[in-house]
Amino acid sequence: MSMKTLLAAASLVAMAASAQAEVKIGMITTLSGGGASLGIDTRDGFMLAMEAAGRDDIEVIIEDDQRKPDVAVQLADKMIQSEKVDILTGIVWSNLAMAVVPAATAQGKFYLSTNAAPAMLAGKGCHPNYFSVSYQNDNLHEAAGAYAKSEGYTKPFIMAPNYPAGQDSLNGFKRFYGGELAGEVYTKLGQTDYAAEIAQIRASGADSIFFFLPGGMGISFLKQYADSGVELPVMGPAFSFDQAILQAVGEAAMGVKNGSNWSKDLDNAANAAFVSGFEKKYGRLPSLYASYGYDTANLLLSALETAEPSDAEAFRAALKAADFDSVRGKFSFDTNQHPIQDIYIREVIKEGEVYTNKIVATAIEDRSSAYVDECSMN
Amino acid sequence: MSPILLAEQVLNGLQSGVMLFLMAAGLTLIFGVMGLINLAHGSLYMIGAFAAAAVAGATGSFALALVAALAAAAAAGALIELVVIRRLYARDHLDQVLATFALILILSEGTRWLFGSFPLYLNMPPALSGTVSLPGGIVYPVYRLALIAVGIAVALGLWWLNARTRLGIRIRAGENDREMIAALGVDISKLYTLVFAIGAALAGLAGALVGAIQSVQVGMGEPVLILAFVVIVIGGIGSIKGALIGALLVGLTDTLGGVLLPELFKLFTDPATAAATGSAFASMAIYVLMAGVLIWRPTGLFGARA
Amino acid sequence: MSRERLLNGALLLALILIPAWALYAGEPFTITLATRAVIFALAAVGLNIALGLGGLVSLGHAVFFGIGGYAMGILASHAQSYTPLMDWPFAIEGTKSMPVIWLVAIVASSCAALLIGLLSLRTSGVYFIMITLAFGQMMYFFAISWPAYGGEDGLSIYVRNGFPGLNTLDPIQFYGLCLALLCLVLAFNARLMRSPFGLALNAARQVPERVRAVGLDPRRLQLVALVISGAITGLAGALFADLNRFVSPTMLSWQMSGEIMVFVIIGGVARLFGPVAGAGIYVLLEHLLGGVSEYWQIFLGLVLLMVVLFGKGGVVGMIAGRRRDD
Repeated sequence: MSMKTLLAAASLVAMAASAQAEVKIGMITTLSGGGASLGIDTRDGFMLAMEAAGRDDIEVIIEDDQRKPDVAVQLADKMIQSEKVDILTGIVWSNLAMAVVPAATAQGKFYLSTNAAPAMLAGKGCHPNYFSVSYQNDNLHEAAGAYAKSEGYTKPFIMAPNYPAGQDSLNGFKRFYGGELAGEVYTKLGQTDYAAEIAQIRASGADSIFFFLPGGMGISFLKQYADSGVELPVMGPAFSFDQAILQAVGEAAMGVKNGSNWSKDLDNAANAAFVSGFEKKYGRLPSLYASYGYDTANLLLSALETAEPSDAEAFRAALKAADFDSVRGKFSFDTNQHPIQDIYIREVIKEGEVYTNKIVATAIEDRSSAYVDECSMN
Repeated sequence: MSPILLAEQVLNGLQSGVMLFLMAAGLTLIFGVMGLINLAHGSLYMIGAFAAAAVAGATGSFALALVAALAAAAAAGALIELVVIRRLYARDHLDQVLATFALILILSEGTRWLFGSFPLYLNMPPALSGTVSLPGGIVYPVYRLALIAVGIAVALGLWWLNARTRLGIRIRAGENDREMIAALGVDISKLYTLVFAIGAALAGLAGALVGAIQSVQVGMGEPVLILAFVVIVIGGIGSIKGALIGALLVGLTDTLGGVLLPELFKLFTDPATAAATGSAFASMAIYVLMAGVLIWRPTGLFGARA
Repeated sequence: MSRERLLNGALLLALILIPAWALYAGEPFTITLATRAVIFALAAVGLNIALGLGGLVSLGHAVFFGIGGYAMGILASHAQSYTPLMDWPFAIEGTKSMPVIWLVAIVASSCAALLIGLLSLRTSGVYFIMITLAFGQMMYFFAISWPAYGGEDGLSIYVRNGFPGLNTLDPIQFYGLCLALLCLVLAFNARLMRSPFGLALNAARQVPERVRAVGLDPRRLQLVALVISGAITGLAGALFADLNRFVSPTMLSWQMSGEIMVFVIIGGVARLFGPVAGAGIYVLLEHLLGGVSEYWQIFLGLVLLMVVLFGKGGVVGMIAGRRRDD
């Protein structure tokens, strides 16, 4: 359903704009293949805010990167060379962001991240034209680490896939936890059977578990863990407890604590409007990714109120002011242009027939990122 | 590492091997009889899991879900055989690889079109959830024991089918001399459709059984497909016995490699580096095993022809 | 002049004229797209030597493609950060010079091809397909989990590497460079096909016994073919990484191997210009279908299926007819 309606909607915006399309936004995101649900949510959240604004001088061009870095690079080239976009956004995955962002910003384009925010781009590789609206990759893992410490856990068992985001995840957890570990395991990327790891957990004498296993890996782990007879408290970043994934995990996810900078029950007017608007338009609850897409669009719109992308200096200042109502409530940018925000702990609950999250604690207040001092924009 | 933990890991390796066998048995059967490489076998696994998830969601019955998985995968297999695959028997392997590669694209995106991009929910039946204590103090999930039992039953069933039934005789005859059994009045094209559907049903069964403890999503078939290829190549293509031995070898290597290699590296470096380096090598272990076997025996452990 | 020659000439002319058309039509992105097609064509020309001439169905050519890519990524990233590649036993510095990178890519991928060939040519048929696939997976998982060069995130370089006398950042000049390399390799390939080695290899594919009877070792011929093939695909990998200014393990994935094979098949196995036609059509399809529907891969699959089932000999075969030695 969504592709057609959205294309129609996007082209409505585009058609109205064709007379005076002053700003062109290129959205590169994953709309086909295994990771499509994340990109679809990002796009839907973004377009919800765009349509609500009803600005007829903004054109949004949406393309599918198939989760392949080389395709993403090609699309970015196309958008910059052919479509002459001013702003790029939408990439879900860190490896795709690393392929696109450095080159795009070097060519003077703005890039606003709706999700991926690898350490490199927050630290040594930071750039005046690059803004992360979501977080810095480590943040949600850090929240889980802070929570583990505050709960008085003394022997967590931690686990992530063996790739850069996985290594960052465990480092992020350890940064805020700081104590002793019962075990530290790297699994294979794309692994689907966790019997061996669960046996290790059982034998390790751990008092809690932290894991980062995005997508299908997390679903597999939680289902197998729930059936293993091990009953330790489980923590993780929000990715594995997202609205779309939770329904596939079911009962097995109940009670799990996860670090997140957004939740559907955050009490502010912007969030209430977003959640009800999203549900009304698309017939499902919004996810984390949808909230980032929505915030990104609103940030952009707020900046376009005061400046044009053609005046890079002024537009950058307008973005940096972050003068918009974030669905996360408090929101401002640090010097490396990554958010300063509260990071919460959510618990998985069941509302009627639907599994969802509610906030149970604030893990870290006003968190920026670990790499801000490495960024030369201080 | 304690002996109990090691024993439990061996059991885990066996269980993952048994599930691999269900996939590999179908692949190797199809290759043995028809000489066909089927890259789309992983898609049949996915179809089984999706059919099971849909039916379990609608009826709440796991047994019905399994039946649906078998039926859907067998039907899809038969349909694919009739429309596409039978045109490929006389072609070289290259065309087979390409055509079935194209089928993966069509089936994956077709499934996504039907079911959407979000993972589906499928859980094990309540009767099989929970754990039991095995002798020696191993606590093990009942469902995984059931999976091992199903795998052994399928292996026995295939042996019985092959050695004791008319169909088995025809299949073996078809492997040896296609023209001869056609001359004897066996409808060879019907036999081929049937064999393909049986292979597909086995893949669908594996998809549904594994889907209950994993994630039911588009693209779930490809990683298993590659593993199943590794299995049948190690065992010798066309040999059911080889598929069983190969599957157990691969399951054990994968599981124990992932557990033992990081432990080994801990003797030399700090735990974080050891975990990362060890698992890097562990992820390559089964391919090293496969290369090793092929260099030692170029047609696999029990393979007759290339 | 045969129809195949006419077709080849037309293809070459089209490749030369694309930049002019792109400038005239005001579609500069077409040049980037064409560069992608030319580089894929180069990779497929490499595979075609093993596949078409040698009869070696390798489902692991992404290994060479990826090694070429990483040769570029590793050398350029060291040059970018001014850190030496190694200090001991002798110092090696990174470089941003394309010719040096190409040389390294070619040498590294030939070495890999030699090693893989020595091991996998002991097998044949399906086993060969599968063992090459296994080597590919081995490299893929290694690249993902090895943190030194970015793991799954890959390596990004900010500016394209340089070639003496050219501004490689200009899309047309980079395209010209890639096209020139493709033409060189095609010329080399044409000579190879007619050389005593090419004829012996062709014979080894069809009747190995006869080749053995005249005192040649078919396996050695195939090994040499695989090394040449790997070297060319490796060169293409270095160019591809430079086009994207980025290299990552996806270049080593088995889907990449499958795609390179698809280029060859769509175009026509063992046809000189088959890979060129195939890569061009694939890139065009990918570009056009992507805009039609979210589920465009269904259509791509259908097109592929049609070509395999009904288009024996690929596009070149359909237009130019069967080869003489078919």
